[in-house]
Amino acid sequence: MRIAVTSTGKDIDSPVDPRFGRARYILILDEKGTVSEVVDNTANVNALKGAGIQAGKLLADRKVDVLVTGHCGPNAFTVLEAAGIKVAVQQSGTVRQAVAKIMSGEAEFADKPNVEAHW
Amino acid sequence: MRELVIISGKGGTGKTSLTASFACLAADAVLVDCDVDAADLHILVHPEVKCAEEFRGGVKAIIDRGICTECAACREVCRFNAIDDSYVVNPVSCEGCGVCFHVCPEKAVELEENLCGRWFVSETRFGPMVHAALFPGEENSGKLVALVRNQAKVIARREGKSLILVDGAPGVGCPVISSVTGADHVLVVAEPSLSGLHDLERVCKLVSGFRIPISVVVNKRDINPLITERIEASAGNHGAQVLGTVPYDDSVIKAMVQRRAVVENGLSAAGNAVREIWDRVKTRILS
Amino acid sequence: MIISVASGKGGTGKTSIATSLAVVLGSRAQLLDCDVEEPNCHILMKPLIEKSFPVGVPVPVIDKGRCTVCGRCGEVCRFSAIVPIGDVVLTFPELCHGCGGCALFCPEKAITETLRELGVVEIGTAGPVDFVHGRLRIGEAMAPPLIRAVKAKIKSEKIAIIDAPPGASCPVITAVSGADFVVMVTEPTPFGLHDLQIAVNAILGLGIPLGVVVNRSDIGDSAVQDFCQSRRIPILAEIPHSRRIAEGYSSGHLLIESEPSHRATFLKILSEIELATAGTSWRRASCASS
Repeated sequence: MRIAVTSTGKDIDSPVDPRFGRARYILILDEKGTVSEVVDNTANVNALKGAGIQAGKLLADRKVDVLVTGHCGPNAFTVLEAAGIKVAVQQSGTVRQAVAKIMSGEAEFADKPNVEAHW
Repeated sequence: MRELVIISGKGGTGKTSLTASFACLAADAVLVDCDVDAADLHILVHPEVKCAEEFRGGVKAIIDRGICTECAACREVCRFNAIDDSYVVNPVSCEGCGVCFHVCPEKAVELEENLCGRWFVSETRFGPMVHAALFPGEENSGKLVALVRNQAKVIARREGKSLILVDGAPGVGCPVISSVTGADHVLVVAEPSLSGLHDLERVCKLVSGFRIPISVVVNKRDINPLITERIEASAGNHGAQVLGTVPYDDSVIKAMVQRRAVVENGLSAAGNAVREIWDRVKTRILS
Repeated sequence: MIISVASGKGGTGKTSIATSLAVVLGSRAQLLDCDVEEPNCHILMKPLIEKSFPVGVPVPVIDKGRCTVCGRCGEVCRFSAIVPIGDVVLTFPELCHGCGGCALFCPEKAITETLRELGVVEIGTAGPVDFVHGRLRIGEAMAPPLIRAVKAKIKSEKIAIIDAPPGASCPVITAVSGADFVVMVTEPTPFGLHDLQIAVNAILGLGIPLGVVVNRSDIGDSAVQDFCQSRRIPILAEIPHSRRIAEGYSSGHLLIESEPSHRATFLKILSEIELATAGTSWRRASCASS
C-alpha cells in the first residue's frame, strides 16, 4: 500500500497541510510508513485553476492507493475516484500521526468531497 | 478563526467604507482587499507595505518572427482571433490555450508566463493587511483573490488573530466566486434601488449556492424606503438576516475625502448605524 | 459608431449615463448592456424582448468507443479541463476555455464538441431604441465569451452605446475594445479618482480616445478634475448631486426623466464626442437615420 499525505514540510513530523491541490508538499510513504518520496507541489500551489485535478493526476501517475489530507473538492475527488485512490479527509496533526491512523484502520474514507470547488 | 466577507452585487453601495469601519471597530482583525481590479480599501487604511510579490498567471503566446514561415496554421486554429495577418499575437485576445504552440510546424511559438499583477503584505493602524493590484486588462483575478485570502489565513494563524475581514469583489463572476468560497459568513451591502435589489438577488443566489450563511446591510435606506422594505423581504426569502440599515449621510463622503473610516470621525448618523450593525455582527455572527 | 460607457469604480452612474445617452439619440441608438454579471440597463429601459438565444463555450465530448486513452488531449489542455486517468478520460467542462485543442490533436478523432451554456443574449426594443443585453448564468465565472456575443449584435448603421462592466480587468477590455470613443463615468472622491486612473491607463493603452463625465460633481473634492486637466482628458459634463435623480433611479427612472433639463447635458456630451472623433462612421450613422 502506498500512502500520500499532504504536508506543510518535507519530513514525517511536519503538520498535515489541510489543502490538497495547493498543498506545499505531498509525502508518499510505503506500507511500513517510511517516506519513499517527497513531492514539491509548488507548481500546483501556483496553478491557475484545476490544482486539485493536477494533484490527483500526480498521485494516479505514482500509483498511490490512499490519500490523507484535510479538504478535498469535487474535481479532485472525481479524479481520485477514477484512479481508484481512497481519500481520508479532515485529517490533522503530523504526517506520522495521520499515517498511524490509516495503518490502524482508525481513519474513515470519504465517499464524497468535503468542500466546495475552489476558484 | 472566522472569515467574514463583505460583498455587494452592485458596485458603489458602500462595501469598502463599511469594511474600513468594521476594521476600526474590530481593532484586531487581518484585513484583505479582494477587489483586486479596483482596490480601494488601502485609500482609507493607509497600508505600509512590508513585502511585495509578483503575481503571474497563465501564459501568452509569442511568435518568433525569425523562425515563422507564415504558413497560417496557427491563424487557422486560433479560436480567439489573437494572431493578426502579420503574425503578431495580440496579448489582450490571447487566451493562453497553447493550441498555436502545438500546431506550429516550425516551433516558432513560445508560451511565456504572464506577469499580471502584484500582491502585498502590509501593516495598517487596524492590523495586518493583504492586498493586491491586478494590472489593467488582465484576467485571472479569481486566482489572485484566492492567493490573497490564503495569505491572510497564514498571517491570522501565525499572529493568533481570530477574525479575517475581507473586502470582496463586485459582480457575480469569477472574482466574487473566488472571494466567497469556503468563507464562514458573507455580508452583502445593498442599496435600495431596483438595480440594487436585482443585483442583491443575483448575488444571494450565488452565495446560497455555496451554502454560506448570508446577512444583509441596506445602505442609504432613505433614498427609497419602499425598496428598502422589498430588500428586507427578499433577503428573508434567501434565508438571509438583515443586520441593519444605514441612512444616507454626507459624513461618509467627508470621511472618505479625509481618507478615514466614518466611525473614526466622531458621532454621525451613518457612523452610529454602523456601530450598531457591528455590535450585531459580533453577537450574531462572530460569537 | 461605437461609444462605450465605462467606469473604474462601480456605482458611479455608468448605467444612468449610458441609458440617457441612448434615449436622447432615440431611433439612431442601439443600447448594448455588456455588464453581463449585473445587467441593469433593462431596469431603466424596460425593453420589450423579442428574441433570446443561449451563448456557450464548446466543450469536449469523448467517444469512448474510439478513445485509446493515449493521453494527448491531457498534454495539450492547459486548463485541466480534460484529464486521462487510468483507462478513462475525465472532462471538467467548467474549466474549459473552448480552445478546441483536444479535439484538434486527438489522433483517433474521438473528441467532438458540445456547447456549455454561459448565459443568454436577449434582443428587443425600448421605444425607438434597439436593445441588446447579456445575462451571465449565476455561478458562472466566464464573462468574456458572453460579452463578445452581445457585441456581435452591434448594428453598424446605428450609434451603438455599450454599457461596459465596472473595473479595469479582462471583461472591461473585452467590452470596450473596438469602440470609437469611451465615456468614463466617475465621482469626485478618492475612490472615484483611484479607479478612474487605473481604467484610464487601461483604455488609453488600447488607443481609444476618451472623455470623463463627473457624476455627483459637487460631493467630495476636486482631485478628479485636477487629474483630468493634468492628463489633458476632456471633461464632457459635470452632473451635480441630486436627490431627485437618486430617488428616480432607485425606482427605475431614467436620469433625464428625473431631471429633464439634463437632456441638454447629454446632447452636449454627444456633440463633444462627435467633435473628438470627427469620424466618418458617426456621420454615416447620422445620415442613415435622418
